[in-house]
Amino acid sequence: MDFQEKLVQGLISKYGTDRENLLPILQGVVDQERFLSEDVILKISKAMAIPAAHVYGTASFYSFLDTEPRGKYVIRICKTITCSMKGKNQILLAIENFLKVKVGETTIDKKFTILQTNCLGWCHKAPAMLVNDEVYTELTPENVVDILREYKEEK
Amino acid sequence: MSNMVNLSINGIAVSVKEGLTILEAAEKLHIKIPTLCYHKDLCIAGNCRVCVVEQTGNNKLVASCATPVSEGMEINTNSLKVRNCRKHIIELLLTEHREECTKCYRNGHCELQELSAEFQITNQDFIDLVPDKNYTVDRISPAIEKDDSKCIRCQRCVRTCAEIQSVGAIAVSHKGSEMKISTFFDRSLDEVVCTNCGQCIVHCPTGALTEKSYVEKVWDAIADPDVHVVVQTAPAVRIGLGEELGLGSGTRVTGKMVAALKRLGFDSVLDTDFTADLTIMEEGTELLTRLKRALVDGDTEVALPMATSCSPGWVKYIEHKYPEYLPNLSTCKSPQQMFGALAKTYYAKNIDVEPQNIVSVSIMPCTAKKFEANRPEMKDSGYKDVDYVLTTRELAVMIKQAGIEFEKLNDEHFDSIMGVSTGAGVIFGVTGGVMEAALRTAYEIVTGREVPFDNLEITPVRGLAGVKEASIQITGTKKEWNFLEGVELKCAITNGLQNAHKLMEAIKNGERTYHFIEIMACPGGCLGGGGQPFPVDNEVRLKRMQAIYEEDRNLPIRKSHENPEIVQVYQDFLEEPLSHKSHKLLHTSYVKREQY
Amino acid sequence: MTTTKKQLHRIDLIFKNDEDCKEILRKALSKPNQEIINEMVNSGLKGRGGAGFPTGLKWKLTAESKEKDKYVICNADEGEPGTFKDREILSRVPHKVLSGMAVCAKITGARKGFIYLRGEYKFLVPELKKEIRKFHDILDDLGLDFRVEIFLGSGAYICGEESALFESMEGKRGEPRNKPPFPTECGYLNKPTVINNVETLAHSYTILKFGAQKFRDLGVKDSRGSKVFSVSGDTPIPGIYELELGMTVQDFVDDFGDGDTKAVQVGGASGFLVPRKRFAKTTIGYQGKLTGISLPTGGSMMIFNSSRSMYNVLNNYLDFFEEESCGQCTPCRVGCQQLLKGIRAVKRGEKPTSYLDKLMKLTETMKLTAKCGLGQSVANSFSSIVENFREEMIY
Repeated sequence: MDFQEKLVQGLISKYGTDRENLLPILQGVVDQERFLSEDVILKISKAMAIPAAHVYGTASFYSFLDTEPRGKYVIRICKTITCSMKGKNQILLAIENFLKVKVGETTIDKKFTILQTNCLGWCHKAPAMLVNDEVYTELTPENVVDILREYKEEK
Repeated sequence: MSNMVNLSINGIAVSVKEGLTILEAAEKLHIKIPTLCYHKDLCIAGNCRVCVVEQTGNNKLVASCATPVSEGMEINTNSLKVRNCRKHIIELLLTEHREECTKCYRNGHCELQELSAEFQITNQDFIDLVPDKNYTVDRISPAIEKDDSKCIRCQRCVRTCAEIQSVGAIAVSHKGSEMKISTFFDRSLDEVVCTNCGQCIVHCPTGALTEKSYVEKVWDAIADPDVHVVVQTAPAVRIGLGEELGLGSGTRVTGKMVAALKRLGFDSVLDTDFTADLTIMEEGTELLTRLKRALVDGDTEVALPMATSCSPGWVKYIEHKYPEYLPNLSTCKSPQQMFGALAKTYYAKNIDVEPQNIVSVSIMPCTAKKFEANRPEMKDSGYKDVDYVLTTRELAVMIKQAGIEFEKLNDEHFDSIMGVSTGAGVIFGVTGGVMEAALRTAYEIVTGREVPFDNLEITPVRGLAGVKEASIQITGTKKEWNFLEGVELKCAITNGLQNAHKLMEAIKNGERTYHFIEIMACPGGCLGGGGQPFPVDNEVRLKRMQAIYEEDRNLPIRKSHENPEIVQVYQDFLEEPLSHKSHKLLHTSYVKREQY
Repeated sequence: MTTTKKQLHRIDLIFKNDEDCKEILRKALSKPNQEIINEMVNSGLKGRGGAGFPTGLKWKLTAESKEKDKYVICNADEGEPGTFKDREILSRVPHKVLSGMAVCAKITGARKGFIYLRGEYKFLVPELKKEIRKFHDILDDLGLDFRVEIFLGSGAYICGEESALFESMEGKRGEPRNKPPFPTECGYLNKPTVINNVETLAHSYTILKFGAQKFRDLGVKDSRGSKVFSVSGDTPIPGIYELELGMTVQDFVDDFGDGDTKAVQVGGASGFLVPRKRFAKTTIGYQGKLTGISLPTGGSMMIFNSSRSMYNVLNNYLDFFEEESCGQCTPCRVGCQQLLKGIRAVKRGEKPTSYLDKLMKLTETMKLTAKCGLGQSVANSFSSIVENFREEMIY
């Protein structure tokens, strides 16, 4: 049994096969794999007896349930009004320069994906971003590079 | 007795049953409220918002399809506010919609087009959103085409595929401006669990889902002096075609249809009903053989219940969803494919034409038949058994193109051979019909007597109910069938794949046991097929059903085994049911398919 | 520095640490249901998520339902731009929210509760789980059969709409349902459900502790009690503030502005933009008309100074709505796209200025016909910005 198979089975036995457990199961996969592959969705669809197109349709509704491959660290920079007013674009530019990829792209070593997202709820400490589930606020073009350097240099 | 609710619509008082919607109440007053996402076959979505109406005391407009009536309600369906909003909504839909009406397959049959005409959307100047949309058009399937640029996101197809058919090949994906109707990871319809049943087409208000048309190919063949073009017509076409040509629902037009086909230039106009009768001979014998193996030989490997295999939508469904039950599926090809295999062998020999010079066309109430004809297995004649499949709707197009005044035509008769039909063949077009035809023949073979029902009408298998059950006690058997003496033959019949799903689950869980089950993919059976005229609802289906049974009652021969051409084909060519030759030409095998 | 202006009345009820939670709960749970409902109704508490439905009535309607299974759901899908107070409440005084849920469960007969927490706040989960475990022990001591679970969202603003939230919890796309039926009758899993905003539940704790009168004493007619405000934008002191309802925007700007305030967005992107000339005439609260207009709000106050382009602000909001609309209903899905593309076209000179009037009419249609509050409220910011800053919108 491969890793994915185990992951899906583990989540199914933890939550059960009722439709109301679909989101926690999809989230559980994303926690590990950072995205939902065709294989994973198919496995979940079979185990929960939900048509695969419907699992895909549901996943694609939620911005945190990616259906495209993502890096180990998904950077989500808030682009909503306050962060935008407080220099989101400069932060994004600094990140793009540092990681050498554009927003929407993943680094070649599959370590980072840069995305923009809607309001993260840190308007009083704008600009803000998430790296996976971790929140970083009051970003500057300098400190954001320091933050990402730590991730980059981690083994 | 349920409670009545009093309300007024456009100043007219009305009293309706509690629980009805404003839309339904308005219908009673003969007030039409425009709709798009609403369909009588489906659950309420309330998402297009075209049906909004004004309710006194409510500062918002309400969706009449989704709002139940309440006591004292005052509704205005045509205020200035309502009209302006509706107009806006239609305009908005048009900006997401590739407007190429004159080049659209559904030109003249499109609900959006109709509404735009009604509201005279002549000067809409919102921004055209189509150029930025990256719409995809999927033309890979041999049966169904999906053009996202025509889609208005009403989700009727999604509800159809999930609710009526329990397939779920298409679903809503993404959100906001990106929201669309997708298959699993946007694969082609050809790659996914789609059964090609075409119910999505019948329920689509626009040209987003259409059948793949072979009309031009057929015209080419007719015009080619070197080929002999033979056409077969399925039972449900003769009770559906009239509807598409301006006659009322449930008008029987068999003779006119034959006349029209002859005028179109087909070299020979034959009847799928003939191979429906042949199917009964083969499938009935197969059933009796399976029963003998189970009851006499004690063979525990025999797959029972045996399931019918005439409906290609159902066949593909079981291949995807219940592959472990493939041995239960009758090995008989569908009547269309039996016809195709015989057309290029038996028929070719009979008229002395080389099979490679025959083009075999079928007119079907079905889109899955297009897929079926393209299955790689369907070449047992040595050629593609059926070259082109047209739907009832496509035939109507050809008749119109040819300038034939259909309702003025005099009735004509099918050609021969393979043109004689019985009432048993005709009722293949309705849910329960295959079962009824099979019982008419099998019971008589086994007992020497007619089925014990008035006028051969086996009423328990009739009607639009989702799952019907029937059992027939076999007594007074002939000597060679005495192993069936006293056996209660248990049967079940379903229409619509949602019901097939229910039945299969009951069988799988051991809640139900049967000997024989008839499954048709579409609601009502082939008469409600994906290739039939629209709009359709149960009222229309019932009319078509009555027409089929009338057709049966009016035919001189009503049992398959009494069809003289059937007797002849066995004498001259096939020898006997399940013979070596019939196995080669009339039977097939199935494949397990993916579950997405 | 001297000032003649009075400072706004800062309240310290919600975030005040409270050690006697268990005792308050014991007392509340021993009261007859009707008494609690009366307290809640009398307090005048209205939903703090932004829509302002009377909380007591919601509880009452659900309590009256004969259904066996019922649910209490805490809506912590705080996604309105400029709002972050629910996170603060959940991280600082979770026991108040949980207590509110428990009392609601007691009177309605619900045995199961959920906190629908937006995915963006996932980092709160470990701490919150600990609090829930502690709270469950208290409930066991008090003999109330009620359990609370966290349900995590996955990044979809629309799931803050209550019926979309139910759909999401049921494992589906967060598409709002048709109403009626309403949640009190047909909510999560089609069972009667009380769904309250985080702050509403925390206020209910205050009411249980101090009684309805103390809560009623705060605020103004129709807008009783205090409200937690999320203050951001061009202000020297961004953050969370609990203030009395009924203040004017002018009072607010005097306290929080940077001296150069051009406009205040009240209620987030789905709320209204108040320009300087209307500061004095606009109050923050529900319906209760004092002078000028009164704006209900989930508590988002975004301050813009004169360096900000209102075109950019509107463009940002519309970009947000165009993405976050669930996409099912025509006026919202297509309307948002048309508004966004429309203002850009006007700005670029591709459409005449008069096109703005056409778009204004479109927002009116959206307000009248959209299926849920999202599509209906896009008109708010659009019309208030375009009406007041038309000159900034044009080429």
